[in-house]
Amino acid sequence: MKKEFDLTSHVLVPKHILMNKKEVEELLEKYKITLNELPRISLKDPVVAKLNASLDDVVKIIRSSSTSGESEFYRRVVK
Amino acid sequence: MANSIFNEYKNKLPKKIIEDIEKELPKNISSSKLKIILEKVYQEYLNSRVEPGESIGIISAESIGEPGTQMTLNTFHFAGVAEMNVTVGLPRIIEILDGRKLIKTPLMEIYLTKPYSDGTDIKKIAQSIKQTTFKDFIEEISVEITEGIIKIKLDEEKSKGTDVTEKRLNQVLERVLKGYSIKKQEDTLIIKSKSKNENLGEIYRLKEKIKDVYVSGVKKITQVLPVKRNDEFIIITAGTNLKEVLKLDFVDKTRTITNDVFEIYDVLGVEAARETIINEVYKVIENQGLNVDIRHIMLVADTMTFSGKVNGITRYGVISEKASILARASFETPIKHLINASLVGETDNLKSVIENVMLNQPVPVGTGLPDLVTKIK
Repeated sequence: MKKEFDLTSHVLVPKHILMNKKEVEELLEKYKITLNELPRISLKDPVVAKLNASLDDVVKIIRSSSTSGESEFYRRVVK
Repeated sequence: MANSIFNEYKNKLPKKIIEDIEKELPKNISSSKLKIILEKVYQEYLNSRVEPGESIGIISAESIGEPGTQMTLNTFHFAGVAEMNVTVGLPRIIEILDGRKLIKTPLMEIYLTKPYSDGTDIKKIAQSIKQTTFKDFIEEISVEITEGIIKIKLDEEKSKGTDVTEKRLNQVLERVLKGYSIKKQEDTLIIKSKSKNENLGEIYRLKEKIKDVYVSGVKKITQVLPVKRNDEFIIITAGTNLKEVLKLDFVDKTRTITNDVFEIYDVLGVEAARETIINEVYKVIENQGLNVDIRHIMLVADTMTFSGKVNGITRYGVISEKASILARASFETPIKHLINASLVGETDNLKSVIENVMLNQPVPVGTGLPDLVTKIK
């Protein structure tokens, strides 16, 4: 196909942002959890594949929610 | 002035609440009063949050389960439309929450770009999406046993209105029929084996094969239906193939969706799959005239997508991810879990609820959650 379809423009796909080391540390400190306790996302996930992420990175997801307007969610990149 | 006060609460309150306050606020409010309002709202917000240790899972289960008993078991028909069934009610809910890979009635909603969304050529476009096989274009196909040939009578009426030409049909046939010759006599095609010793069984098999040869359209889309929804035309299809449909250039790629959670997962990722689970379950509940808070469904969807894959609420899905052996054994097939666990020497840390119930110990829920910690200096 001539033009590659940009899946991040789809209504169902929320914004995914790759977090840096410092932000991850702050996040774990804020909720007093370990990296292992975070929800996961696959490295092969089509959205993550575009982010150029590596294992054990944390992806911040900004969902639009019908109850709170906007909510943040975090997922650890796994295999 | 007011903005700086709002900014202070941006991180404390959800965006929607702040927007609601902004909307309802009288024009000339003094900043001191605004501050009092926001502080009151903030206190109220803190009070209404779920407390740590609350067993929200059970609350969600009851909140979905109880109205769920009222749901109908039937599938009903698309209002006024020929032969389009949709799974609704309890079967659909079970289908979604079990994480079934094959759903009963896969469906797509294809949105179109302008000018097609205004209805231009809507029928033609819809037809071009629909998968057609060879038998959709023929009037008759028959085997002449004595001569060992297949006769196909093409029907020009049927290929009218589509962009399938006779030439295209011939090409399709030639690709499938290797070792056979195709001749044309008036409006019939005659197919004959090139080798001398053709066998009859093979020719009959070939006849069936020819009928199901793919000709045009998007594979797996079996029915199309253009409908008007909120001033624009969309196409509803039976059968889904999101990946291929998104490649078509008259399709609005940002809004086109399917009701197949796994297809969404493959094409758009877990987060989109989670969103689809919520939308689909909520659609059913709303349809049945029931009232379930969407947050309960969000919790279920979050649990199902926790591992980065879509897991159903079954012993193969969500339950198999549990850390505790006893918790897994308490769900279904206890013996199997206990035997497997003892074979590999698993340990159970008794960190969760159900295993502690079994052992008659305090459950880490509510007031049972906090522990005493001594700081040794």
